[in-house]
Amino acid sequence: MQTEPAPGDDRREFLKKSCAVCVGGALGVVPALAGLAVYLDPLRRKADNGLLARVTSLESLPADGTPVMFPIIAVRTDAWNKSVAPIGAVYVRRVNGDQVQAFNVTCPHAGCAVEFQAEKKGYHCPCHNSLFTPEGKRSDDSPSARDLDSLKSEVRANGEVWVQFQNFETGKALKVAVS
Amino acid sequence: MISSRMKPLLDWIDSRTGYRKLTQEVLYENIPGGARWRYVWGSTLTFAFSIQVITGIFLWMAYSASAQTAWESVFYIQFEMAGGWFLRGLHHYTAQVMTILLALHLLQVLIDGAYKAPREFNFWSGLLLLQLTLALSLTGYLLPWDQKGYWATKVATNIVSIVPFIGPDLQKLVVGGPDYGHHTLTRFLALHAGVLPGLIIALIGGHIYFFRRHGIHAKQPLKKPDAKFWPDQVLADAIACLGVLFTVVVLTLITRGAELAAPADAASQFSAARPEWYFLFLFELLKYFPGESEIIGAIVLPGAAVGFMFLMPYLGQWKLGHRFNLAFVFGGLAGAGLLTWMAMKQDRNDPNFQRALRDSHHQAARVIELAKAPSGIPIAGAAALLREDPYIQGPKLFAKHCASCHRHGGHDGEGNPVKDPQSAADLKGFASREWLAGLLDPAKVDSLHYFGGTKFKDGKMVKWVKKNADEPKEQEQLKKIIAAVSAEAQLKSQRDADARDIAIIKQGVELARGDVACTDCHAFGKPDPDAIAPDLTGYGSRAWLVRFIGNPAHADFYGKRNDRMPLFAEKQILDAKTIGILADWLRGEWYEPAKLTGK
Repeated sequence: MQTEPAPGDDRREFLKKSCAVCVGGALGVVPALAGLAVYLDPLRRKADNGLLARVTSLESLPADGTPVMFPIIAVRTDAWNKSVAPIGAVYVRRVNGDQVQAFNVTCPHAGCAVEFQAEKKGYHCPCHNSLFTPEGKRSDDSPSARDLDSLKSEVRANGEVWVQFQNFETGKALKVAVS
Repeated sequence: MISSRMKPLLDWIDSRTGYRKLTQEVLYENIPGGARWRYVWGSTLTFAFSIQVITGIFLWMAYSASAQTAWESVFYIQFEMAGGWFLRGLHHYTAQVMTILLALHLLQVLIDGAYKAPREFNFWSGLLLLQLTLALSLTGYLLPWDQKGYWATKVATNIVSIVPFIGPDLQKLVVGGPDYGHHTLTRFLALHAGVLPGLIIALIGGHIYFFRRHGIHAKQPLKKPDAKFWPDQVLADAIACLGVLFTVVVLTLITRGAELAAPADAASQFSAARPEWYFLFLFELLKYFPGESEIIGAIVLPGAAVGFMFLMPYLGQWKLGHRFNLAFVFGGLAGAGLLTWMAMKQDRNDPNFQRALRDSHHQAARVIELAKAPSGIPIAGAAALLREDPYIQGPKLFAKHCASCHRHGGHDGEGNPVKDPQSAADLKGFASREWLAGLLDPAKVDSLHYFGGTKFKDGKMVKWVKKNADEPKEQEQLKKIIAAVSAEAQLKSQRDADARDIAIIKQGVELARGDVACTDCHAFGKPDPDAIAPDLTGYGSRAWLVRFIGNPAHADFYGKRNDRMPLFAEKQILDAKTIGILADWLRGEWYEPAKLTGK
């Protein structure tokens, strides 16, 4: 049991307690901060944005504009590894004869991979049933907050199709690249 | 008596540790109205948690958390290590059973009114334990790094990003970077095996302490005289725990342990992604909050429901409040049950989902077969095994790049019909004796199966076959030539026939070069600059097929007369490796586990 301090000791007691709390707290702070610094490291890591990848050639895309899925195989940094690995996938379709349109397969709703289904006449998300037209427009009853994420693409003189691959934050009406 | 001799020793230990008082408190807790079955749930949960700690630690000893080794180490546990499947099965099914026990415990506490004052802290620590246990499930689901866990967990971590302001940063911290990778696994493992169990153990300590402080909340009316915790209630608890263990063991044995889907692959389309069944209602709920209202279904509603439960002890002070609490929890459970049922019903009736599920099982079975092969899993990981496997990738490549003109056994290679009309040969069994026999059959050569859809429909070959292949004598000769040309392919399926018919094949080569004069148009056995038709040297072999697919317009093949076939390598439509996979598949060359022979 603690005894009541004499009135003159109040300040002394307060000082002692404050010091004990401060010293005791500081003891935990050093390891905790050291750990926290490392824990927060991912915030400094940036996504490999705007990776240019050659996905196919124009002539292997159906002339009727049916989208075809291609994996994106690119140099990828994963913590300590740097390797050529599949990092995602795109749908590419031919438009106006010799131009292409490309979409990230990731559903902007929650991040599952959409699948083009001829019978549904569009890209269907197997998770929450978002549906997008071949041009990437979402249908009215889709839970997705925005259209399918289009990607910059180009057809080069020799017919090669290049896509600038990016991922975007899901669940938002605005298309914001993961950075 | 030994005990009398032991007494001084025990006295000494007691004087130093006070164990007698502790045992007294732990074991001889009074239970008003005697032991009852309705009090067993807390004990069964503690028991289930200890199963998880024990099995988890042993799994941990064999698990390796990185994107290259997670699936591989779980594969090794499941299929190679002695009893690994059983250990993993126990861990998997105990997690499932724990969820049910949590619900039962919560219901019992609510119905009996055991959550009311003075047991608020008891109830709150219980609610925290419930959430921590669900967090254990969520983090554990990803650790095998298979397609199922990978894609389902992606949905969960993507939801983090919709938290206002800090969402994207928060997501980065959860995932360990801008994208899934090594650090996702290291972090999830640290949570799953370190942080969460540590918190749970601390909270269980608190939970039991609070529980003992206020004693058991006896269900009125008391039906029997009071009893002690030991042995009456302990016996009931032990029997209930036995029931839990029995259930888990039976589930493990029936299913031969937990499922392991194909290794995670960021570039593959995995359409069978679903969370564990007890999270399905949250998954389903997302369908009803379109656009940016997603946050309501994903975070606000579940958060509010759990938040409200923390207030229940206050509300429960009034009779009406208690009834409201009960209605709230039963209503919530019924709603969750309904959503789960709706999600399951939709999946059951969705042919695309069912196809994706079949595909998932098919790929898992195949990659496990490949991983078990003598060549084993390469350092790069098991995903590469699947990506480079002709048996899995061949049909997909064929469907994508060939099937708009060609067929394979009448379909697109994957077993689906094709909407474009067939306009090139059916390549199933290409270069085999049966396939060549059809080509040299006057009734078939200009059918869609061979040249019928191409510009060679009335070409020299068709004309030659129509004119010459009818006579019985010619047919005898052609049989030998077929054997000779087909032998060039060195097909695995014809290895025995090729070895047996060496003499016939030799005669066939002679005939092709001599009497029957195939070499008027084709080169066969030696280069022929004047040849105008595809080279028969090595016809259908891997090297021949790779070159042909790469450039059918090469002088060795159709030259300038090439119909519509794309120059796959020349035009860089496919890389060499992919063409090799396609060629292997067309030739039936892929790894097959040795059949068990003998009886």
